[in-house]
Amino acid sequence: MKIMPCPLNGPRNISEFAYGGEVELMPDPNTSSSEEWAEYVFFSDNPAGVVREWWYHSATSYWFIAERNTVTDEIVRTYPPSELFKERVEFKKESE
Amino acid sequence: MPFGLLKYGFSKTYPAKHHFTPRKDLKKHYDVVIIGGGGHGAAIAYYLAKYHGITDIAILEKGYLGGGNTGRNTAVLRANYMTEEGVTFYRESLKLYRDLSNEFDYNIMWENRGQLSLATTDAAIRSFRWRAEVNKHLGVRSELIGREEIRKLVPLLNLGDGGRYPILAGLWHADGAIARHDAVAWGFAKGACERGVELHQLTEVTGLDVEHGRIKAVQTNRGTVQCGCAVQAVAGTSSLLAAMAGFKLPIHTYPLQAMVTQPYKPILDPLVSAPHLHVYIQQTSRGEFVIGGGSDPYPLYSTRSTLEMKESLSSAIQELFPFIGQMCLLRQWTGMTDMTPDYSPIMGLSPVENYYLDAGWGTWGFKATPISGKTMAELIATGRVPDLIKPFGVDRFLRFEQVNEAGATAAGH
Repeated sequence: MKIMPCPLNGPRNISEFAYGGEVELMPDPNTSSSEEWAEYVFFSDNPAGVVREWWYHSATSYWFIAERNTVTDEIVRTYPPSELFKERVEFKKESE
Repeated sequence: MPFGLLKYGFSKTYPAKHHFTPRKDLKKHYDVVIIGGGGHGAAIAYYLAKYHGITDIAILEKGYLGGGNTGRNTAVLRANYMTEEGVTFYRESLKLYRDLSNEFDYNIMWENRGQLSLATTDAAIRSFRWRAEVNKHLGVRSELIGREEIRKLVPLLNLGDGGRYPILAGLWHADGAIARHDAVAWGFAKGACERGVELHQLTEVTGLDVEHGRIKAVQTNRGTVQCGCAVQAVAGTSSLLAAMAGFKLPIHTYPLQAMVTQPYKPILDPLVSAPHLHVYIQQTSRGEFVIGGGSDPYPLYSTRSTLEMKESLSSAIQELFPFIGQMCLLRQWTGMTDMTPDYSPIMGLSPVENYYLDAGWGTWGFKATPISGKTMAELIATGRVPDLIKPFGVDRFLRFEQVNEAGATAAGH
C-alpha cells in the first residue's frame, strides 16, 4: 500500500488522497491574453522527474503540496501551501 | 505429424521470409523520420509508401517493433463515440480495419464481435440514447437495447436483480470488434519495409536539432540523421519528445492497468463494458478473458502495477460475471496513456514547421491506428491537414475549441 505523508494528518494510505495537478503560477487574469490563459489552463511540461503537485486529503478537506518523482513514484517531500504562497491571491474585478 | 513440417522449415524451396529491415547502419539523411515504431509509426510509413510514393523513410524505435503501448492496450475496436468529429474519425478507422488482413496478406485476427455497454442509471440511459442517435446519424451501428436483448446477447451476465447495480439498459454497438494488436504493428511494418522503408529498432532518439522553427536533424544513440521532416508517434512519452522540440503539449501521462485470465472455452462473444464499475471485458480468440479499466488516479511514467487496481478490477468484474472468481489470472501489465483535457487525440501540425504530431492517444490509440496513419501520411505528403483530423490540431486548445469526447473510455463514462 502506497503511503502519503500528509503535513496535517501524518502518514496515510494514498487512496485517501486526490491528485490536484502541478503547481503552476497563475498569470494575472486581468492582464493576461487569452492564449496565455489557455497555456496556463491546458498545457504542461509533464516532466519525468521530481514535480511539485497539489494533493488533497479527502477526509479532512486539506490541500497541500507534494514533491513527487513521476518516474519512481517516490514522494520526496510534502508541506503546507503556506510555504509557497505567503499572501492571499486576490481576484480583482476589472474596472468597469 | 508436427515433425513432418520440419522438412518445410529446412527446405530451400520454402525460404523463411524476412518481413522487417535487417539491422544495418542509419543513413545520413532521410526524407521522413518517424519517431516511434509502434502501430501508428508503422502505419504512417506504410501509407506514405503505398499512396504517396515516399519511401526514403526511417522508423526509429527505442525498443522493439510494437513493444510499447501498441502491445499494452486491450485491443478494442469501436466507433460509438459521442462527438461528430470523434465518431466520423473512428468510423473510418473501423472500415480500414475490416480489410487489413487481406491488404497485408497477414492475419491480424480481426473479429467483429459487437460491443455492449451497460447502464444502471437513468442518466446513463440518456447518454446512451444520445450516443446511439449521433452514431446512427453518422452511419455507425449503435442502438439502445433492453434487458431481454442483453440477456440474449450475454446469457452469463449478472443483471443485478435486487442488487446494488441493477442493469437497466445497454448500448449495443454491432460494429465493435477486436484484433491482435501486435499483428497490426507487424502488418503495417511488413508492408512498409516491403516498399523500401527502413525500420531501425533499438534506436533511441536523444535530441532534436531545431533551427529557425524547422527541424534539421534527429539525434539518436546510433548517430545523427538529417531529415526533410519528422513526425512523433510515441504514445506514453509524447511530452518528453515535444520538450526536445522545444514546446509543451496539453498532456498528462497516466498508467493504465489491465490483466488477463488463463484460457477457457469460448463463452463470451461480445465485448462488455460497465462504466459504473469502471471495468470492461472481452474473451480473446485464444480463450483468455482480457479485463481492463480506467487509468490510475495520478500521473506516472511507469509501467508498474498496483494491488489496489487489480483488486478493484477483480471485484468489479465479479459483479458482472461471478464465475470469474473461480478463474486464475495469467498476466497483468500496465501501459502509459497520454491523457488530453478533452479526451481527444492531438494530430497534425506543431509549432515546429516540418515536425508533425501524432500524440495524445490516451486510451483510444489502438482503434485509430489505420486512420491516423493514413491521414498523417496525407498531411506529411501534401502539407495540407486532411478534413478528418482538422478538429484535432493542438492549437484547438489555444482557441478553447476542445473536442469534448465523453465517449472516449469504455470504462470511464
